[in-house]
Amino acid sequence: MAMENILSFLGAALRLSTPLIYACLAGLWSERAGVIDVGLEGKMLAGAFAGAAVAALTGDVGIGLAAAVAASMTLAAAQGFVEVERGGDQIVCGMAVNMIGAGVTAFVGAALFAEGGRTPALPREARVLPFVWGQDALTLGAFGVAAITAFILYRTRFGLRLRAAGENPRALDAAGGSVRATRHAAVAVCGLLCGLSGADLSLAQAAGFLPAMTAGKGFIALAALVFAKWRPGAALATCLLFGGLDAAAIRMEGAPLPFLGVIPTQAFQALPYLMTVVLLAGFVGGARPPAAAGQPYRRE
Amino acid sequence: MIARLGRGVPEPAAVGLAALVAMAVCAAAIGENPLGLLRALVLGALGDTEGLAFTLYYATDFIFAGLAVAVAYRAGLFNIGVEGQSLVAGVGLALAALASGGAPSWLAILVASLAAMVFGAAWALVPGWLLARRGGHVVITTIMFNFIASALLSWLLVDPMRAQGSMQPETRPFPPGASLLRLDDALVVLGLSPTGSPLNASLALALAAMVAAHVFLFRSRLGFETRVFGASPTAAHYAGVASTRVILIAMGLSGALASGVAINELLGAQNRLILDFSGGAGFVGIAVALLAGNRPLAIAPAALLFGFLYQGGAALGLDYPRVSPQIVTAAQGVMVLLIGGLLGRRR
Repeated sequence: MAMENILSFLGAALRLSTPLIYACLAGLWSERAGVIDVGLEGKMLAGAFAGAAVAALTGDVGIGLAAAVAASMTLAAAQGFVEVERGGDQIVCGMAVNMIGAGVTAFVGAALFAEGGRTPALPREARVLPFVWGQDALTLGAFGVAAITAFILYRTRFGLRLRAAGENPRALDAAGGSVRATRHAAVAVCGLLCGLSGADLSLAQAAGFLPAMTAGKGFIALAALVFAKWRPGAALATCLLFGGLDAAAIRMEGAPLPFLGVIPTQAFQALPYLMTVVLLAGFVGGARPPAAAGQPYRRE
Repeated sequence: MIARLGRGVPEPAAVGLAALVAMAVCAAAIGENPLGLLRALVLGALGDTEGLAFTLYYATDFIFAGLAVAVAYRAGLFNIGVEGQSLVAGVGLALAALASGGAPSWLAILVASLAAMVFGAAWALVPGWLLARRGGHVVITTIMFNFIASALLSWLLVDPMRAQGSMQPETRPFPPGASLLRLDDALVVLGLSPTGSPLNASLALALAAMVAAHVFLFRSRLGFETRVFGASPTAAHYAGVASTRVILIAMGLSGALASGVAINELLGAQNRLILDFSGGAGFVGIAVALLAGNRPLAIAPAALLFGFLYQGGAALGLDYPRVSPQIVTAAQGVMVLLIGGLLGRRR
């Protein structure tokens, strides 16, 4: 019984971590290349909606996934154009993407399906279903993406350029690399991963889209990114931790803990943010973002 | 591109126009008549006294939130935490208002408003302090503080502050004295027909706050130091400006201004503390401040535009049931992207 409980808790933690892992790695790609992204939430929402809407219309989960990625990458491309080509303020653009994501998904959803912004409930064949140990391909894929991200970042020429674009873009420029191209590529990957994160929410965890269903997960992923100090391995671990907290909160609702008594659910909800603030403030460890993050690059 | 097309047209007007065009295109895309939709938007927001009063009521929130963003921005601080600061201000306001039974109305209102300002400022001062003393990035900390505030409010309202015997996550109603004068009450006294809106005296307070913010930024020594620090921290340092003091004052003022949203919503309309009463006004404030170029006196017209869009969007549903009011959020996003990215680097 105890073993079963632990296994089901771990399974839930894994499922809840999955969208965080994709979104956190998405932010990592963008920010290690020097482009701060507070618009993860908006791109996830676009991915979640496009995935569920297209899966509902076609009945095909593969086309749904492709649509999720395409929608999120479209937003990322617009964001990348304004940020990289026009040197626009990255925080402002990220906030704009969140607004566009929230607004357009609710608007198109209401117009298409006339169910107050929801998509119809998806049948089994239009969803991402668990196939091994109660987990689905998106969850397993998240670990693969983390490994690939770490490999590209630290073991390839492109990864070196990407980190240079985030730490010292002038050096990259002087060495003959293109800061623009590197940052565009990073933002595109960010869009791809945000699309998968959103698709996990609407195609795997739920059977359809609800307005605002990301519910701040894009920002928890951002917190995890800071907490992980912008490193892929630590990002994976932090997302698992935050997902685990979420699963624990659901499980322990109303149940007392030894020595602590009943902990309100809201305390669990606030914990990832509190931990990140404490870390960011340098009380434990400290976190330093990539040196050029947030700065548009202009050639002299 | 748009700046070039609209030469001679002020930028904010061009951006507002672009938002309307974006909405018309969205409407056409789903097979609705775009001109009819825009007409319904304008009539819903400005066509009768009710629409007009609601427009002003929303604009009141947006003036406070826009000022909160703008004052911090002038110090080079991007305060994304106005939403959370409003929520925490609401907690302070409710604590004072609930304890004000028997006090004269003017005193209850004064104390509740001051409590709101103190709580809002305190919630903004923590990220300010973390930045000044510990180097914590203010954008990230204020985002985190939004979520912490939201969790805090939700816990307070399901547990310690919930009205006895109520299942709703809200406090008991404030005592009758702790409420601001509503336009409708005045109209009834004058024998005129009420508007059916919660428009209240907060609007006057918002306009006063706007003038005060202008005077602070452009007519006071501290405001000058704030702007110098915002334009160039290095120059400010060599000029002997104490950075910690500027950061703390700017964030404190920003949080106090954010509390205006709580005053309008709670003392003016709800008369009790409820969940997420600010309804995203803190984020609209970012768009308002950007549109106004962070100039306090330009905040009112910018806030009015967003009040118009929000009321118009809410009223659309009557004639166009297929059009979600969220179309306004999308238009707002397009505007923010245009101003923040494409048009100018107004730093």
